[in-house]
Amino acid sequence: MSVVSTLLPPQAPPPVPARPYTLSRFIGSAALGIWLALAVGIFLTVVGGWDQAKFSRYAPNYLSGLGVTLLLVAISITLGGIVSLPLAFARMSKNKFLSWPAYAYVYFFRGTPLLTQLFLVYYGLGSFSAELKAMGLWGFFRDAWNCALLTFTLNTAAYQAEILRGAIESVPRGQHEGAASLGLPERVTFFKIILPQALIVALRPYGNEIILMIKGSAIVSIVTVFDLMGETRRAFSRTFDYQTYLWAALLYLLIVELMRNVWAWLEARLTRHLKR
Amino acid sequence: MSGFFSAIAEAVSAFLGFVDPLCGPAGVFRWFAGDTLLSCGDTGWGDEIAVGFLVTASLAVATLPLGLIIGFFIALAKQSQERSLRLAADIYTTIFRGLPELLTLFIVYYGLQILVQNLLSAFGYDQAVEINAFVAGMIALGVVFSAYCSEVLLSAFRAIPRGQYEAGYALGLHHGRTMGLIIVPQLVRIALPGLGNLWMALLKDTALVSVVGLSDILRQTGIAARVTKEAFLFYAIACILFLVLAFLSSIVFAMIEARVQRSEVRR
Repeated sequence: MSVVSTLLPPQAPPPVPARPYTLSRFIGSAALGIWLALAVGIFLTVVGGWDQAKFSRYAPNYLSGLGVTLLLVAISITLGGIVSLPLAFARMSKNKFLSWPAYAYVYFFRGTPLLTQLFLVYYGLGSFSAELKAMGLWGFFRDAWNCALLTFTLNTAAYQAEILRGAIESVPRGQHEGAASLGLPERVTFFKIILPQALIVALRPYGNEIILMIKGSAIVSIVTVFDLMGETRRAFSRTFDYQTYLWAALLYLLIVELMRNVWAWLEARLTRHLKR
Repeated sequence: MSGFFSAIAEAVSAFLGFVDPLCGPAGVFRWFAGDTLLSCGDTGWGDEIAVGFLVTASLAVATLPLGLIIGFFIALAKQSQERSLRLAADIYTTIFRGLPELLTLFIVYYGLQILVQNLLSAFGYDQAVEINAFVAGMIALGVVFSAYCSEVLLSAFRAIPRGQYEAGYALGLHHGRTMGLIIVPQLVRIALPGLGNLWMALLKDTALVSVVGLSDILRQTGIAARVTKEAFLFYAIACILFLVLAFLSSIVFAMIEARVQRSEVRR
């Protein structure tokens, strides 16, 4: 009878095979190297060309420009959200006289560049200045800021109406039928059952729309509104210093990334009951 | 040889003049504008706007392949095994999706100018260099397009099951052939709606290049508006022309979609 009295000594694990040096590894290192070189290059030019006088002169302008950008986006998104509600319902309506104009509105504002719409409002309505003066509206349309706000509101209303419509239509039919079989009135069904589910679907597109507006708002600098981009262009035209654009790029990247992360957190938080 | 190229250029411009939808033999402005501000020729602005229309369309068409190719490789890099490659591709999309298109355009336009200037002065050439606005616009819009395109293609890549690759390898096709014969045809079908949206966005972004001086629709109509003081008319025409481009491309996309999905219709 044989009894095992000693255990085998523990063996070292087999050696990890060396990672082969593939082409993709080479390209990846090269690409990272290029990014690193760019970052270092930009850093060095910023440090090398640092001018305290320039910085203390233009930094407050940049901050006020940032404020203008954020204010413009915040107001136009809010007002656009309000306008988009009746628009979305008109678009979903079975009545042709309601749905057709709403469709034309949405098609126009989504099919043409925001810059063209802005020019149409700012310069185009200027050619009706006599009529506008007669109506007492000229004071409003003379100001580039008001024109930008109006254009952005109308534009984002079209996009938000489509987001809302898509989200409401994505709620399954059974939800309506379930509510109807419980005897809930139409209004309660909409506000308590349909809309909450639709808004969860719409959350991500709304976030994208806000980011698109922040980026799109840069074009107001062309019609003499001094937002972040406008201040950048002013600083560049006075100093001919390429760094001015890099500062603006950094600020825009910062806002957009911040917005994206806040929205991702918000979405994760609001949909935590859907996680399995 | 130069005679050959100039003959080709002449033939192309003659062809474009013939099919020109605004001022050609069957053009809208030639037949309906008459002697108004929009007539073709020296008295009206029709021919200038027609040139702008052509420039906008050709900028968008020239940017598309550039953006698609870069976007495809960025998408490949994003799903690679290699960490460094993924990281580099992620940095690329983060930067170019986060920057406003206008700012990207300025950075490319002035940055290229400074870069070329420095390179040339290193070789002892000291004259002022002016970058072509078309090229700068093509690069800036192409880079932005590729950043978005890589995301669309990446999600399309993820929708293709692994078994498709494995079947390709089992048939003895190497990686490139598997890609070209099996994966890409399915990829196009899945990614087409997303790419259609990106194309519309690209078409609208071309209006920004007018800011750095490319004579596209918006710049030409803007000049006409300033000279004639009929701003509303000309900017409304610019809007209509962009709508026409959007409408035409939606028709083309519907045709392409019908074509790539013809294998599914029969089932």
